[in-house]
Amino acid sequence: MEYLPNILFGVALVIGIGFFTRNVKKLSRNIKLGKEVDVSDNRPQRWKNMLRIALGQTKMVVRPVAGFLHLIVYAGFLIINIEVLEIIVDGILGTHRVFAPLGVVYDVLIGSFEILAILVIVAVVVFWLRRNTIKLQRFIKPEMEGWPKKDGNMILYIEMVLMCLFLTMNAADFQLQQLDAPHYTKAGAFPVSQYIAGLFQDLSISTLILIERSAWWIHILGILAFLNYLYYSKHLHIILAFPNTFYGKLKPQGQFNNLEAVTNEVKLMMDPSADPYAAPEEGATEPEKFGASDVMDLNWVQLMNAYTCTECGRCTSECPANQTGKKLSPRKIMMDTRDRLVEVGKQMDANNGEFTPDGKQLLDDYISREELWACTTCNACVEACPVSIDPLSIILEMRRYLVMEQSAAPTELNNMMSNIENNGAPWPYNQMDRLNWVNE
Amino acid sequence: MSEALTVKTMEEFLAEGKQPEILFWVGSAGSYDDRAKKISRAFVKILNRAKVDFAVLGPEESCTGDVAKRAGNEFLFQMQAMMNIEVLNGYEIKRIVTCDPHSFNTLKNEYPSLGGNYEVFHHTQYIKQLIDAGRLTLKGQVYKEKRITFHDPCYLGRANTIFDAPRAVLQKTNAEIVEMKRHKKTALCCGAGGAQMFKEPEKGDMDINVLRTKDALETNPNIIATGCPYCNTMMTDGIKAHEKEDSVTVLDVAELIANSL
Repeated sequence: MEYLPNILFGVALVIGIGFFTRNVKKLSRNIKLGKEVDVSDNRPQRWKNMLRIALGQTKMVVRPVAGFLHLIVYAGFLIINIEVLEIIVDGILGTHRVFAPLGVVYDVLIGSFEILAILVIVAVVVFWLRRNTIKLQRFIKPEMEGWPKKDGNMILYIEMVLMCLFLTMNAADFQLQQLDAPHYTKAGAFPVSQYIAGLFQDLSISTLILIERSAWWIHILGILAFLNYLYYSKHLHIILAFPNTFYGKLKPQGQFNNLEAVTNEVKLMMDPSADPYAAPEEGATEPEKFGASDVMDLNWVQLMNAYTCTECGRCTSECPANQTGKKLSPRKIMMDTRDRLVEVGKQMDANNGEFTPDGKQLLDDYISREELWACTTCNACVEACPVSIDPLSIILEMRRYLVMEQSAAPTELNNMMSNIENNGAPWPYNQMDRLNWVNE
Repeated sequence: MSEALTVKTMEEFLAEGKQPEILFWVGSAGSYDDRAKKISRAFVKILNRAKVDFAVLGPEESCTGDVAKRAGNEFLFQMQAMMNIEVLNGYEIKRIVTCDPHSFNTLKNEYPSLGGNYEVFHHTQYIKQLIDAGRLTLKGQVYKEKRITFHDPCYLGRANTIFDAPRAVLQKTNAEIVEMKRHKKTALCCGAGGAQMFKEPEKGDMDINVLRTKDALETNPNIIATGCPYCNTMMTDGIKAHEKEDSVTVLDVAELIANSL
């Protein structure tokens, strides 16, 4: 029986990490449903972007209040995780505060964890108020109704509870150390939890141990549960922000990709020696579909973008169409892409890993044409995103599908395009008159 | 136009067996739109004054295809691009200047992978070069007492991170330059990009150009300067929507400089 806690801990750890691994595999399978895209260029710049934007949070602090608060939670997450390492070693070996021999270093570590923990609690409370009391515009847009709103709050509650458990655990530990309880090594500095320990003054050693152990267990089980919650929530950005900024666009924002499949066809059309009536070669593959009507038509970076989005809404609040009451919200484009991808993934799970058309697609079932045509391609959303997501590239791919596969552009745009075809200008003027402006 | 303009086509240069210093890509708006034509003329006035040996393509120029591409018609875009590249490469063009940030972006960024490699300048960059090289001197009297605010065109600013050239050039007018709250990277679009210029906006509670003009009017300007023919139209319409057309004018950077010569 002596080793029961160790065994239970081991089992919890294996289940927690096991499930998480399974979900990561699903995540990677879903992302790989996207088309191949060459992102092997300029690796030094990509590393720099990742370090600067993801690790260094440079784009978060563009909005100072949210940026500063996020910095606290982010630092808290990174640094307090060192403590999780100790908890795991203790859990497996049955030790207590195994890193205690580090002495002063240990005191500094525990002390700074505590200070960060209380700062995280403050930040999380402010975040909650921004979402629920102040009701910042970008958190109450239509796409945030229902699950996204609950999800956002849930994450804040979990973080709050975890931090409180951490401090409670330390407070009880501190009190036990004061009482010279066996097994409770005198170690660590408790700049915050010493004040909570005051509440524990009159408690017996056994009650204190019960509190300390309960807090310890719920804390680590909570962390394992949170790890597994990630896959089902918008919170994946804590991991995906890194690859996403690494694979983010390096070219000038205004540069849109040239479709290679189109280049080949256009070259053929312009080649005077080509036979326009030639039958396709034996065994020739069917011409590629132009643009995107569903998630599989997008590339894998765009799909990773969708999973990375944490629904902060900075893109939407900068979008000129959204600011003037149009239906378009770049955040919704990303959420829809993710939701459709999750739906496709679920269907594959239920179908031995094969996807069979389910009569639905990203276009119309998730993203409406009205949204797509409201975009001015101004790149404000791309500029605003703190983790290098490119909603505009998805909008463009879907427009390409509408125009090239469905000939479904708005009438005025069709007029404009036939003008270009006929006389080389978006207006119906004669190309021979191109120089008339000189003498007017 | 009081001053006669000297404009030569590439065909004429070829006939003389000469190469121009630079090609002026006029663009469809600059060729046909009544308001934008004035910008083309103002820019040529500057080029003439600086004695730049430039050429235009004239009837051999065709739409860059930018607007088709952004509407989703990649076919039409690449058709246009390849035709233009054939003409440009045929004349062995190396350097291009244009008053339209959309043409600028497309020629500079999207033509190279289709075989068109040129050094491309926005006219504000080119004017700055002319001034810096001492080829252009400004009297800088006309706008001395005026307040000017510059609206960053998306395809010049955010899309290609050119923020300083237009501002540096505007400084030379000796006017007071004031910034809107949202400027440079966070500048709001005028509402014309992405083929919106050619269609009615989707249903909403306001037009984008009216919102952007509001930003500009908050700086109490005499003049809203811009560097894009489409922004120019949108901002001019916005001024009318705010009923400020009597006190505020929208002018291109080229016009402000041409008037300051």
